[in-house]
Amino acid sequence: MSRSSMWEAVREVVRRDVLLAMRRRSDAAMSVFFLVIVVSLFPLGVGPEPAVLKTIAPGVLWVAALLACLLSLSRVFTADYVDGALEQMVLAPQPLALLVAGKVFAHWLISGLPIVLLSPLLGLQFGLEGEALGALVLSLLLGTPTLSMIGAIGAALVLGVRGSGLLVALLVLPLYVPVLIFGAGAVTSSMAGIGAEANLSLLGACLVLSLFLAPWATAAALRIALE
Amino acid sequence: MLQAVALSCRRGERRLFADLNVRVERGTLLAVVGENGSGKTSLLRMFSSLLPPEQGAVLWEGQDIQQLKELYSAQLTYIGHLNGIKDDLTPVENVMSAMALAGEPCSRLAAQEALEAIGLKRLVHRLPSKVLSQGQKRRVTLARLWLSTRSLWLLDEPFTSLDTVATGVVTQRLHAHLQRGGQAVVVTHQEVALPAEIVQRLRLAG
Repeated sequence: MSRSSMWEAVREVVRRDVLLAMRRRSDAAMSVFFLVIVVSLFPLGVGPEPAVLKTIAPGVLWVAALLACLLSLSRVFTADYVDGALEQMVLAPQPLALLVAGKVFAHWLISGLPIVLLSPLLGLQFGLEGEALGALVLSLLLGTPTLSMIGAIGAALVLGVRGSGLLVALLVLPLYVPVLIFGAGAVTSSMAGIGAEANLSLLGACLVLSLFLAPWATAAALRIALE
Repeated sequence: MLQAVALSCRRGERRLFADLNVRVERGTLLAVVGENGSGKTSLLRMFSSLLPPEQGAVLWEGQDIQQLKELYSAQLTYIGHLNGIKDDLTPVENVMSAMALAGEPCSRLAAQEALEAIGLKRLVHRLPSKVLSQGQKRRVTLARLWLSTRSLWLLDEPFTSLDTVATGVVTQRLHAHLQRGGQAVVVTHQEVALPAEIVQRLRLAG
């Protein structure tokens, strides 16, 4: 199989998923609205004390982003599994891991990127400013693709299982812990004036690692799901 | 040439078939018939490499398909009982997308011609596929057969929900494929209206 048709197929996977999301915008908008609402609940619950809000901001923003990502995970493969498009993907003459990477990238474009773009606004709500705000955006930019990558493994593992929404949360949330620690840590340390570089590098390392391993694990899980 | 060697299949506790040997030569069609639940679809999925055989092997030109992997997929057009089309895309978009994914990208014009060949009027081409009837959706899926250049076709109940005219058109297309030296495995309840000398029937007892 020639290299050009390989990229053609990956591009098609991304293009189709983005097109489908555009035709069904409400689905994609849902997880973003969920993020905004969850984040806005905290000042109401904790009280409008600026110092307190500033302290909890990194954790709250990151946990909310993580949950928003989790919410959209079931969409990655379920529709394709039900309508048979997944069979065709598995039988395509391209390496399945590559096509899976395309699907995960599309998932990130649809549900991860909006979170990154919205995060400065949400950070302002908590009184973050300057460097901390930059650290928040950067950490999410590095962290959300990792969340999508790891999440895809879980989503593929629970395909065809009843009540899979909750199961995928139980499977995936523990794996999200390092990303959460480094992500929130980046913002906290930049607020403390230590600089976010160390945590950001670790997030980058997580991203690279998941980029290499997750597509293969996901592809294997998909093959098992289709047997 | 596609060949099944001592193939057996078990789903759960039930043994569907065992020690199955069959050969599909170039230019011939294997029609798999049998009752519901006799393992027809499982056999087809084994032929497609979606389902690894419990025992035995499926050989393509003498080599195990589990080892050939993507090289084998590049010989294959598989149409399962699921249509694999997206409700939110138009028929033309669905055909183009499926072909690009299969590694045989086609132009919009070619996709339109394929859809017309299977009897979907141009009027329907711009509607989202969710408003189509079952038979029309099946036609969108089968339109790929007019664009496929692969030598092996695996079709699971291709004629379900098709009317007699469309069934005839698809049968003709199958005939043309076989005459070009292609080969096909078709799971079906219906009689395939093709010359008897190129059709081999395999009945699964269940």
